[in-house]
Amino acid sequence: MSTPETTTRQTGSSGRAVEGSRAVAETVARCRPQVVPAYPISPQTHIVEALSALVRRGELAPCEYINAESEFGAMSLCIGASAAGSRTYTATSSQGLLFMAEALYNAAGLGLPVVMTVANRALGAPINIWNDQSDSLSQRDSGWIQLYARDNQAACDLHPIAFRLAEELSVPVMVCMDGFVLTHAVERIAVPDQEVVDAFLPAYRPQQILDPDVPMSIGAMVGPEAFTEVRFLADGRMRRALLRMPELAERYAKLVGRPAEHLARGYRLDGARTVFLAMGSVLGTLEDVIDEARTDGLAVGAVELTCFRPFPVQRLRTLLAGAEQVIVLERAFSAGAAGIITPELVAALVDPPAVPVRCSTVVAGLGGRPITKKALRMLVRDAAASRAARFSFLGLDRDLLSRAGYGRASDDAPGSTAERLLARLHTREESR
Amino acid sequence: MYQIRLHGRGGQGVVTAAELVAWAAIADGRYALAFPSFGSERTGAPVEGYCRIDDKPIRSREPVTEPDLVVVLDPTLLGQRFVFNGIKSDGTALINLPVAASSATGTGTGLAPRAAHVRTVPATEFARQRTGRPLPNAAMLGAVAAATGIVPLAAVRDAIAARFPRTIAEANAAAATDAFEYLRFAAHAASEVHRVHT
Amino acid sequence: MSVKFYQVGSLAVGNRLLPQEERAGQADPERANSLISGHRACQGCGEVLGARYVLDTAMRATGGKLVAVNATGCLEVVSTPFPESAWRVPWLHSLFGNAPAVASGVAAALKAQGRTDIRVLGQAGDGGTVDIGLGALSGMFERDDDVLFVCYDNQAYMNTGVQRSGATPPAARTATTPVVAGQPGNRFGQGKDVPAIAMAHRIPYVATATVADLRDLEAKVERAMLFTGARYLHVLVPCPLGWGSASSQTIRLARLATESGLFPLFEAEYGELTSATPIRHRVPVDEYLRPQTRYAHLFAHEEKGGRPDLIARIQEQADRNIRTYGLLAATMPDLAQHSERSHE
Repeated sequence: MSTPETTTRQTGSSGRAVEGSRAVAETVARCRPQVVPAYPISPQTHIVEALSALVRRGELAPCEYINAESEFGAMSLCIGASAAGSRTYTATSSQGLLFMAEALYNAAGLGLPVVMTVANRALGAPINIWNDQSDSLSQRDSGWIQLYARDNQAACDLHPIAFRLAEELSVPVMVCMDGFVLTHAVERIAVPDQEVVDAFLPAYRPQQILDPDVPMSIGAMVGPEAFTEVRFLADGRMRRALLRMPELAERYAKLVGRPAEHLARGYRLDGARTVFLAMGSVLGTLEDVIDEARTDGLAVGAVELTCFRPFPVQRLRTLLAGAEQVIVLERAFSAGAAGIITPELVAALVDPPAVPVRCSTVVAGLGGRPITKKALRMLVRDAAASRAARFSFLGLDRDLLSRAGYGRASDDAPGSTAERLLARLHTREESR
Repeated sequence: MYQIRLHGRGGQGVVTAAELVAWAAIADGRYALAFPSFGSERTGAPVEGYCRIDDKPIRSREPVTEPDLVVVLDPTLLGQRFVFNGIKSDGTALINLPVAASSATGTGTGLAPRAAHVRTVPATEFARQRTGRPLPNAAMLGAVAAATGIVPLAAVRDAIAARFPRTIAEANAAAATDAFEYLRFAAHAASEVHRVHT
Repeated sequence: MSVKFYQVGSLAVGNRLLPQEERAGQADPERANSLISGHRACQGCGEVLGARYVLDTAMRATGGKLVAVNATGCLEVVSTPFPESAWRVPWLHSLFGNAPAVASGVAAALKAQGRTDIRVLGQAGDGGTVDIGLGALSGMFERDDDVLFVCYDNQAYMNTGVQRSGATPPAARTATTPVVAGQPGNRFGQGKDVPAIAMAHRIPYVATATVADLRDLEAKVERAMLFTGARYLHVLVPCPLGWGSASSQTIRLARLATESGLFPLFEAEYGELTSATPIRHRVPVDEYLRPQTRYAHLFAHEEKGGRPDLIARIQEQADRNIRTYGLLAATMPDLAQHSERSHE
């Protein structure tokens, strides 16, 4: 099921046609995990399916592939395997991530270097299997490093970096990639060779291990007298990732001959008065729109945020130093409050000497609603003309809301809104 | 950049078809991106697939709204007017239509009023003849190659060979070639090319 | 010559009169002492007693190559007050509901590393096994992961203040099944029989045991360690605090539980019963229930009659167990032909 590697005519890039999930699975296999617990959930399934085949065919060995009974089981299996000294990996999304929430905090608190792919998907209710980032962002306090892939090449490349980072710092890492949009896309991807990954990622040397020759107790209760200090140290380890991630990414980049990943990266920031900040696959569409806008003479640029945890305060302050306003495109938000990335950005910029940038939030792409170039073009135009609202929803269907009987001041009627909206949605489609 | 939108029903191989176009283009040394309109697996439901082809990296991931080519794998979808939404003024509509139906509709102007070029091909029949199953997607790929030249037939055949087990791959590749030659022959006969000005 | 010694209500075990090879593991001064003194358990705690018995036996059976995974609960809390630990074996505590899965993960890692000489033991109280851990336990069973899982059953969530669990017996008073408003403690007709659930998974080995019969418990751990794959041991461990019993009566109560028929001792392999320990001196359930204040309401105001009806229902349960497992000589089952059993 593989096409040959080909080189592009004009740019000389290599790679082959492969589905995003499959490319990630192959990359993970080359990282030589010894234990892979798996539980299926859309849209991550193709990753764990591909890994099961690789293990069965002996292409990934030695490796124990375990069909877990739930996501909570899967992460618990990872915890046991990692504590026993094996490199460990799993993948999940959305509801599955929440189902293992307790275990996420446990793995981080125990300092176990588990790596997990999160195929970003909306959280229910209402149940929705499509892409947004509410799942991983809901676990931002769990103590896991969070890296967000801008495209499938990044999704692959971030995994060896993740394993290296996790094992060096004793902090688990989740690599987030937009579900369906990236996982189910077929495109030209260069999966790193085994030799390259081996050169970059040495065998796992555990910092703590269950070993009858040197018995130790792992997982003790810590009371008020020491808990704060444990947490303080964990924060410190997380912050070391701010230094190590770029260094490791640079080293990896030299091995594969591709540009390095960064904590955050600027796109056409020179002279940009309005800057858009985003994470994940929307960046590709956004950059196309920025190129068009620049051609039209608008002073706009973008910041691609890859590392969300730890939050790269210094890097963002540097990147945004010349901007007047930042529009944060968020694929999740905190109901009753605001965006999720924006408040952290504001806090980062407010620190003296303050970076005087006006920040606003545009919530876009919830539950898999496509973010179109048309909508982004309008947003860019409005923002450049200083018409950006502080907090808004891109493409909110006000017509649908009013047809379903929801007045201006949001919901008037209690109960589930989903059914009322869905009933009116079909009426509208028939009249098209 | 060349943009393709494919329409069909779940179970007809729409997603695979989009992927195979991408594979063929990538094997041909270009950049391509294919992705489906995403949904739970359900046979019979309308499905859209998208494919972009370019000689530089493709960054945009929004659905295809202004296709250069619309491929319709299931003629029962023709009643849904949005199938040809946004098609470029010089775009092509490629429709899987049984031979009998296409002769009945005469010039076929009614099929795709917004498309500049309308081509029909009995892909299901070719598929049935070669594979025994009414799955039109491989044959349609051959038709895409013939109707637009966006990917060479050889690359289409290579993509099919890479994707399917050998016996099915051979049959599918044959169906693709049948469709390719059908359209090439039809073009020369100049009896089924329609030019409609909207 | 071997001499049978009955445990007849005293704590005499008679090791000194037995040949070396027939002595219990606990009589061996060179035993592993997996769980040492200094832990913070209550006086008379049945669970730490059981854990010490089980782990020392498992250590002997594996030549000291054992890793233990522990769920949250009394055992974990009393044994690892930071920065101390009472465990002399490699030991991992993760969460409340995942001990079986974590243990399976450890086993998988050791297998991937080629360390099949090291065996894995998972352990939890009844809460962590029967309720919140059941999903993970069933997964471990179903995959036949190479783990011996041990449940120390004191029949309620003790560490959090004696709340009812799926292992709490009928009529028992707990903090969430109080004796108020005419409700006599835990309901009848509820509860899970996890040994039967384990047997339904047809795993290689399932057994029940108590802290009253050390040799029986040791023999069962040893037998369990002969198998590879998923194994389950369910150990009754009285809790003086939660049961409201005198701390000196832990072992006696465990014995009464089996001698009344309420806690049958048996073994099963691949879903079929292979042994059942006969009752030596049968006692009516009253004798077992009376010393526990969690059942005091059944006997309260006895001059007015108490709740003989509920005691009778409990007696029925004991009778049924005796029939089902053939616990009296006269009703010994033909084990080779036993098929499925239905339990309350």
